[in-house]
Amino acid sequence: MPLSWALFASLLLAFAGYLLGRSRAFAAAGPDVRQLHSRPTYHGASVALTALMPALAVLAIASILRMAGVITAEAGTIVGLIALAASVLGLGWAATRIGRDFQARNAVERIVLGLLIMCSLIAILTTAGIVLSLLFETGRFFQVYDWKTFFFGTEWTPRFQGNSQLGILPLLWGTLYISFIALIVSVPVGLFAAIYMSEYASKRVRSFAKPAIEVLAGIPTIVYGLFALVVVGPMLRDYFAQPLQLGNSASSVLTAGLVMGIMLIPFVSSLSDDIINAVPQSLRDGALGLGSTPSETIRQVVLPAALPGIVGAVLLAASRAIGETMIVVLGAGAAAQLGLNPFEAMTTITVKIVSQLTGDSDFNSPETLVAFALGLTLFIITLALNVVALYIVRKYREQYE
Amino acid sequence: MTDMPMSNPVSGATKGTLMQPDARTRRRNAAEKRFRIYGATAIGIAVLALVVLLFTIFRDGSGAFRQTYLAIPVELNAQVLDPKGNRDPGEMSKVLTLGYGKVLDAAVEATVARENIQIEGLTEAEIKGLISKDASAQVRSRVLADPELVGQTIEVDVLANGRVDGYFKGRVTLASAERDNNTSPQQLMLADELRDRGLMVTRFNWHFLSNPDASDQRPEAAGVGVAILGSLYMMLVVLFLAVPIGVAASIYLEEFAPKNRWTDVIEVNISNLAAVPSIVFGILGLAAFINFAGLPQSAPIVGGLVLTLMTLPTIIISTRAALKAVPPSIRDAALGVGASKMQSVFHHVLPLAMPGILTGTIIGLAQALGETAPLLLIGMVAFVKNFPASPPEGLFDPASALPVQIYNWTQRSDPAFIERASGAIIVLLIFLFCMNLLAIYLRRKFERRW
Repeated sequence: MPLSWALFASLLLAFAGYLLGRSRAFAAAGPDVRQLHSRPTYHGASVALTALMPALAVLAIASILRMAGVITAEAGTIVGLIALAASVLGLGWAATRIGRDFQARNAVERIVLGLLIMCSLIAILTTAGIVLSLLFETGRFFQVYDWKTFFFGTEWTPRFQGNSQLGILPLLWGTLYISFIALIVSVPVGLFAAIYMSEYASKRVRSFAKPAIEVLAGIPTIVYGLFALVVVGPMLRDYFAQPLQLGNSASSVLTAGLVMGIMLIPFVSSLSDDIINAVPQSLRDGALGLGSTPSETIRQVVLPAALPGIVGAVLLAASRAIGETMIVVLGAGAAAQLGLNPFEAMTTITVKIVSQLTGDSDFNSPETLVAFALGLTLFIITLALNVVALYIVRKYREQYE
Repeated sequence: MTDMPMSNPVSGATKGTLMQPDARTRRRNAAEKRFRIYGATAIGIAVLALVVLLFTIFRDGSGAFRQTYLAIPVELNAQVLDPKGNRDPGEMSKVLTLGYGKVLDAAVEATVARENIQIEGLTEAEIKGLISKDASAQVRSRVLADPELVGQTIEVDVLANGRVDGYFKGRVTLASAERDNNTSPQQLMLADELRDRGLMVTRFNWHFLSNPDASDQRPEAAGVGVAILGSLYMMLVVLFLAVPIGVAASIYLEEFAPKNRWTDVIEVNISNLAAVPSIVFGILGLAAFINFAGLPQSAPIVGGLVLTLMTLPTIIISTRAALKAVPPSIRDAALGVGASKMQSVFHHVLPLAMPGILTGTIIGLAQALGETAPLLLIGMVAFVKNFPASPPEGLFDPASALPVQIYNWTQRSDPAFIERASGAIIVLLIFLFCMNLLAIYLRRKFERRW
């Protein structure tokens, strides 16, 4: 790979430039190094950076051009030579600038600040990348598939030979149903766990319960997925669904919902913990001083005061539940249907994104492109939930600050 | 009690003393007690869920670390293995595993005959099926490494078949073997006999950690070697990209950025990115890195890039918190003795914030290590049997990753793969546990309260 050699060579040049710049700075200073505007290391660093940056710029532009298909891989040698030439030129120019009055520190700091700004722009670039790639591919999808059928279709039957029915409603229904069950499990449990932890728990209980909940938060979702597949699913089927004649499938809405609820407990509990602790102590003291019991204080004073924050926390948890993938892939099943029976297998948007995009896929067929439209829908739903939730939480925090 | 004044403002309800609470107080106390019980139940549910989760994983997965082997003498028949007779490894590699399979079948049958084991209804196929289909590849690679072995009789520890292995671990029983096409009660009884004679032993299985994945038919040979290496490569990419970029971005936002609309946009953007579902990052990786940039599928470099973008917000948020915790007096003192703004940050604030940054980084890495969904989309589900080369070229070779390997195994039909998947989860959890322990240790050791 000639490009990596060019990179390596320009790194060497930069290092040589550092040594050269430093020694030239010492030479320029004469006997007293305080004659210099900047310390010699800054002179070295300025030469090194001016040698390295043009080469990196050339290499970066070349690789973008190559990705865009403007130049071919054979041009690598020429690109490498151009990069090296740029590096040498930069080094020579920077070396001539060194003198007593050259403000090397300011130059270096300007470059470093520029690098810092570039790094913080990567976050923006990521968002732009997500939005652009989703929009672009979704646009292609709607060229080959009618958007009305996508948004209002109640049937999801992709076929390889074409003529697929790709309606999002059954997937959306499955997603919302499973998330709803997950919230029913996680919100009360997480909220009560946070209340108990902050208002009641003795030191001993807290010393094992708090780490336990934190461990629960650190477990990867694939582990929860396997738990749903191997333990919860068969258990629900054997002890509830089959005796009650409600279904025969181990993967079901309830399986995925329950396990996802367990996954969300630490999330809800840590968010509510923050929110409950943000309620000023004076409110509690006032209520207790009037003779209310601790539980009355919590129910009638603390919780109403914390309500907006808790609503925000629930919204954040909902957004997590809607975007969760592995638990539903392993626990919810693959059958797209609109139903009410929680013991039946249903499917979600994320499951279908995975199944349409794994394996060999043809990026011109609507069956593959629909995944991007699903992704865009998912992105918009979670983004809306997050924006609202973050707004509420922030607003609420300001209230007591 | 009856001599309480009748002019009590709250009539009726408060006829009680401290010793004997009235109905309303009792009700309130009961409500208080109920409320406490709800809280304790919530904690109990969370702890119980954790215990059950870990218990089932360890129950199912511990079997993956033990494996059954059959010790048999194998006569390496020169006529089959080296038809030309010149012991040239190039010539001998033309003999496929099929040839070695014949040699092994003969060896197993000879062993059973020599031990004089009589079991009613035992067929020849059942005797041959005692050992793993992977055993012939095992012997073949050993012979190709040392051609002089041909013609000799060597002692080999071959892997036992997955069902036989499952029988010793309690996953397969004589009753379930009755209904199973791949094994039979007779075969399992034969295995019992061999175990009593000390030929078949179940022992610790290092190969689970070093072997690559194996095909559907041979769960006994499958291991997490390639997956561990792939995960390691991805973590290297994340470490070398996400940490410098994340720290640089946080320094700018926390120390230099002017408070204006632009920086507000960046901040809102970062907190939203942290909450974007991980699968969306997978879509981005597929569209940007594979379809647009033309990077190879299922390569650790692509996985690393996707995970980098995913962990960046986490690292930025925790680094900013660490920088914010350094008191302004440090900055003022540095500026006061003539340091430039840049010098005050890099020479004083950053070193003091380092422990917090490290802790946040490790937690971000741990998150990235367990992430599965985005990797599924960039082709990491592919079956990979070869180890990737060493970096940097190896970053472009196909590899697997621990969480994806787990997912892969859950999709196979043989229940032995559930054991493998749980075993891989144990490996993953041990890694995560060590990382978190390191983070806690760093926090305890270096944390400063100002």
